[in-house]
Amino acid sequence: MTINKKQDGTTLYVEAIGRIDTVTVTEAEKMIKGSLDGITELILDFKELDYISSAGLRLLLSLQKIMSKQGKMVVRNENETIKEIFEVTGFSEILTIE
Amino acid sequence: MKEITLDATIKNLGKITDFVNKELEKIGCPIKPMNQIDIVIDELFSNIAYYAYKPEVGPVTVTVDIEDNPICVIITFMDNGKPFNPLTVSEPDTHLNAEERKIGGLGIFLVKKTMDDVTYEFKDGKNILRIKKNVS
Repeated sequence: MTINKKQDGTTLYVEAIGRIDTVTVTEAEKMIKGSLDGITELILDFKELDYISSAGLRLLLSLQKIMSKQGKMVVRNENETIKEIFEVTGFSEILTIE
Repeated sequence: MKEITLDATIKNLGKITDFVNKELEKIGCPIKPMNQIDIVIDELFSNIAYYAYKPEVGPVTVTVDIEDNPICVIITFMDNGKPFNPLTVSEPDTHLNAEERKIGGLGIFLVKKTMDDVTYEFKDGKNILRIKKNVS
């Protein structure tokens, strides 16, 4: 998994590449949460993300809770597999998906 | 049938996933069911790694079988750890909002939702968890 970050004012763009699973989630969490100070908009681009397991869903939930307090969070470009996971788990209701 | 036995530790997740994916590639498994199966491996293997032998480390054996007409992949996880049927874990309430959502139960819920069949038995001192997915 690779995480690319780009900050534009108080907007943080995060591109996740590969897999967010039990092993990689710790690194993803550290990289994203470490950059959220003063951020009012978090944009997660999942175009190059193959899949996300429940460990990754837990990370998304905790990021959503943080961003609900300081602004907003948007998820975009997720593939068919991830879209279906969001739907069956009810995450499509919790997250803002563009 | 293909078989691999490794220590049930999180660092071996990649090895198990690669082992299964190699078999899936041989039968030309499409990318979506392959991703779904990889997620299931993550959920089931990490459960075993975290809980089965705690605080010790023990082995897990994973086998891959392929059935024809329709093409189905059957993956079996076997460990000699504490008897535990993950299918009895209560399902999460998927209608709650972000603040109310609880952490537990999501993984096994995903397994049940994306696989065609999931069975558990405790036999000869082993936890045997089997998943089946139609990939044709």
